Amino acid sequence: MQTANSVGLVTPKIERFEEPFVLASGDVLPGYELIVETYGTLNNAGNNAVLICHALSGNHHAAGRHSAEDRKPGWWDNLIGPGKPIDTNRFFVVSLNNLGGCDGSTGPNNINPASGSQWGPDFPEVVVEDWVNSQRALANRLGITRWAVVIGGSLGGMQALHWAVHYPDEVANCAVLAAAPRLTAQNIAFNEIARHAITSDPEWFDGYYGRQKKAPVRGLALARMVGHLTYMSAEGMTDKFGRERRHVDENHDDQVFEVESYLRHQGAQFSTRFDANTYLLMTRALDNFDIAADTDGDLCSALAPIRARMLIVSFSSDWRFSPSRSREMVDALINTGKTVSYAEIETDGGHDAFLLNDTQYLELMRAWLNRVQLDAL
Amino acid sequence: MRFDLTRIIDWVPKGSRVLDLGCGDGEFLAQLEATRDATTLGIELETANITAAASKGIAVVQQDMDRGLSNFPNQSFDVVVMAHALQVLHRPHAVLADMVRIGREAIITFPNFGHWRCRLHLGLLGRMPVSRVLPFDWYDTPNIHFCTVKDFEALCEELDIKILDHDIVSGPGTNVLKSLAPNLFGSTAIYRVCKK
Repeated sequence: MQTANSVGLVTPKIERFEEPFVLASGDVLPGYELIVETYGTLNNAGNNAVLICHALSGNHHAAGRHSAEDRKPGWWDNLIGPGKPIDTNRFFVVSLNNLGGCDGSTGPNNINPASGSQWGPDFPEVVVEDWVNSQRALANRLGITRWAVVIGGSLGGMQALHWAVHYPDEVANCAVLAAAPRLTAQNIAFNEIARHAITSDPEWFDGYYGRQKKAPVRGLALARMVGHLTYMSAEGMTDKFGRERRHVDENHDDQVFEVESYLRHQGAQFSTRFDANTYLLMTRALDNFDIAADTDGDLCSALAPIRARMLIVSFSSDWRFSPSRSREMVDALINTGKTVSYAEIETDGGHDAFLLNDTQYLELMRAWLNRVQLDAL
Repeated sequence: MRFDLTRIIDWVPKGSRVLDLGCGDGEFLAQLEATRDATTLGIELETANITAAASKGIAVVQQDMDRGLSNFPNQSFDVVVMAHALQVLHRPHAVLADMVRIGREAIITFPNFGHWRCRLHLGLLGRMPVSRVLPFDWYDTPNIHFCTVKDFEALCEELDIKILDHDIVSGPGTNVLKSLAPNLFGSTAIYRVCKK
């Protein structure tokens, strides 16, 4: 499946960390594993590494395919690859599944060594700070002392921002896409609806569904439907679905709107691939994120430590993390005299636009990433 | 690079922090970084220009200066430049006041509406001027606020802005006439100003 500008077939690798890991909450994880994919080659100077931070439901599989039969490549395959904006001919790209995830890194699905049974809802609370600290342990393991670029969209952008603020000497360039310095009440509300859908499912079992060999798939599907809706724009949905209808199945005359069929499909797919406890954990990490929490809400003071060359990108039709949220960060960076570029990309793609193929967006990313100076690290 | 930009490069002290309002593709800032050892930031409306600037390694923030520049702190730049943009602004006087608030100095260039060709168009032909520098018809032009050199100086007086330096440039030729009567023979006015 090696095509001209693809990283081709990739195999994830498990990195095991034996030392106890103290979380922001004070809880301690007795060691953990991170599942990691890398693309490209770390150069001798060790200064061409790019860290990919994933969003709410993302994982380590950002580019390429696991087997020739894979229907779809990794979630950011349009950005990562030889000759692509995150050019693997030039960069060594590191992508991992975050702690608490359900795609191979230590999370609620794993066995709690203390009890011998699945963590489930007892998996400790994990926040953005914990992810960044575990990513730092990974960097150390891989021999990376300073990232050429830390980049992420949405919740991934929040991790990138946390990196730039808290480890200013370890991030040379930082791209924060479709993100916000903290969530609004409306955003938290959407997350709470999603959580409520999951915890109201009769097969939730207080989070111990694993022990019953069950899963709250209906709740998880509903959570995903609500979430997915907020990642799209009204104009984008009109373009994609309009008021078109389709048959439920070939043997039936019943018809549903295209958009109904789409949401049901998205919900059903997600509910079989994702873990409900992880979904709760990830949405709580989103809710709790506030880059200015230590500075009494003052964003200028919060961003003052940054030394990285910054890129902030927003998308015109993103109402989940609207352009004005990105502007808050941009204005604070201007106020504190940082090197910052900012663009609001005109698109119908909504919040999900950071994952999509918009020419203006991809060209901007390419232009900005091309000017990452490896010798300056 | 346009002749007004070539001229003002010399007005930017070495090692300055420079903000360029309406920086286009970032070429001028790239020149300043290369030749004046400047640290720069541009603001610009068009995404394509931001990408062009990014490919030159120039940092640019997308922003409409007609909606204010209040996000820029007082005296946070050594020099604030605005080249050939005064005439497209809705509130040029507000932007001018902001420029001398944000920068220790400001450099402004604009097309001189007192140029003899403009006067000829308006005075003798009775038509709004259309020229190589100003190629638009009156009903379809981004240039909504024209002024002459005299008008600009009157506005500076009103805003308590001190004129440190000025020049008026044209394409090749007309140098003698330009020095005798700049408001009549110069096509582009250049001013270096600061707060009084």
